[in-house]
Amino acid sequence: METAVKVNNLSVTLGKGFKALKNVSIELPVGKMIGVIGPSGAGKTTLIRSIVGRLHISSGDITIFGQSAGSPALRKRISYMTQELSVYSDLTVRENLNYFATMTGQPRNQANEIINNVLEAVEMKDKAGSLVSRLSTGQKQRVSLAIALIGSPKLMVLDEPTVGLDPVLRDRLWKLFARLANQGITLIITSHSMDEAERCDDLVLIRDGEVIAHSSPKDLLKRTGTKTIEASFLKLVGDKE
Amino acid sequence: MSIRKTLATARRVLMQLLHDPRTILLLFIVPPVLLTIMKYVFQDQTAVFDSIAPMLLGVFPMTMMFLITSIATLRERSSGTLDRLMTMPISKLDFILGYAITFCLLGLVQASITGVVMFNLLGVTVLGGSLLTIIAAVLAASLGTALGLFLSAFAKSEFQAVQFMPAFIFPQLLTCGLFVARGDMAQPLQWFANVMPLTYSVDAMKQVTQYSTWTSDLTRDLIVVASFVVVALILGSITIRRQERQ
Repeated sequence: METAVKVNNLSVTLGKGFKALKNVSIELPVGKMIGVIGPSGAGKTTLIRSIVGRLHISSGDITIFGQSAGSPALRKRISYMTQELSVYSDLTVRENLNYFATMTGQPRNQANEIINNVLEAVEMKDKAGSLVSRLSTGQKQRVSLAIALIGSPKLMVLDEPTVGLDPVLRDRLWKLFARLANQGITLIITSHSMDEAERCDDLVLIRDGEVIAHSSPKDLLKRTGTKTIEASFLKLVGDKE
Repeated sequence: MSIRKTLATARRVLMQLLHDPRTILLLFIVPPVLLTIMKYVFQDQTAVFDSIAPMLLGVFPMTMMFLITSIATLRERSSGTLDRLMTMPISKLDFILGYAITFCLLGLVQASITGVVMFNLLGVTVLGGSLLTIIAAVLAASLGTALGLFLSAFAKSEFQAVQFMPAFIFPQLLTCGLFVARGDMAQPLQWFANVMPLTYSVDAMKQVTQYSTWTSDLTRDLIVVASFVVVALILGSITIRRQERQ
């Protein structure tokens, strides 16, 4: 299977000597929905910030489609949705999308069509002219996701994209992620919600900066002899301690 | 660097401000109102007001653009938008110059409105003419913008960014020769004033006020201010990091 992301022996120490990641080595396949699952503070965001090239790597290495993380050539192929909303709340939804479409280098004559498509994908077409500051948290979250959908990224890195959304919309978004993966896009999605993990093709369970499991949800349940991912997680943690 | 992305950033910053008409109104109305108040503070000393007013036309855009730019860029850093932009195929210069273009444009409008009030309603005359006065004022606005972009990197909150005003701008304001001739100040303050950009911005305004022709001192002052702008923009660009160090 073709590899999208290869993390080799990655260790990250943040301020005051806190080891956010400890010797992480994983290979993530192309065209799959990969869930990076773990409790708050486990190291999920540090891992994906390293992957998108926002953290300077001093120990270990990461390659994405064969190139080092942070390489300028990768900037057109990766989209990143941060945990903060990272949208301009004093602009309208369409103004935000217009700006980011230009920043990602979308052709001027195709920008409108691209924007309409992503608005439709996140079901925000009727809010295109609204100021982001007047939207609900869930709607703002969808604007942020729409920005990540602009263009044709080969790798989408989404930090807690479904947090704060109602179950119906969450379900629709997971279906959208599955469609994107079917089109060959690799999605890395972090979540601290174990019930979302089963929707992923591939799971990376992470705790205290260490990967405690990396397999498909089905294999994980089989290996741990449990019925839910949460139970698997607890069993793995218990075995380790 | 891409001109399309730079102009898109400039347009985006402008749109953000246009969605906030109160800020725009304050930006354009406060300087002429302050000048008018000052006119009546010095109602029995017309000569003093006539010499101070043009210099203030350089001080207002610098201080206001400094404040607004530092808060705007701090918001970019804290809201995650800068984080997102730095993973995209844009150059840091696109971002920095986008801000500089918008705030210089605002500085131009602000200086023009204040200039119209100063020349036509408050009766101030400058020998160098209104065009030179506006040019010097716009350069002062770009200085404020560049310094704001650079210094915002050292603020962790908007409270801190606001405190840079008394910490960084006020000492320059006190020593630039606006209130007391620099030669009459204590020697260490003269040394300080000689290396601070506002001194040269105010000196440029003095030149424009006192001489009807372009002087070599005016050229020197404008070059010094422009150099500070370029250096501050470069430093501002350096403070925006593509990759954070661990």
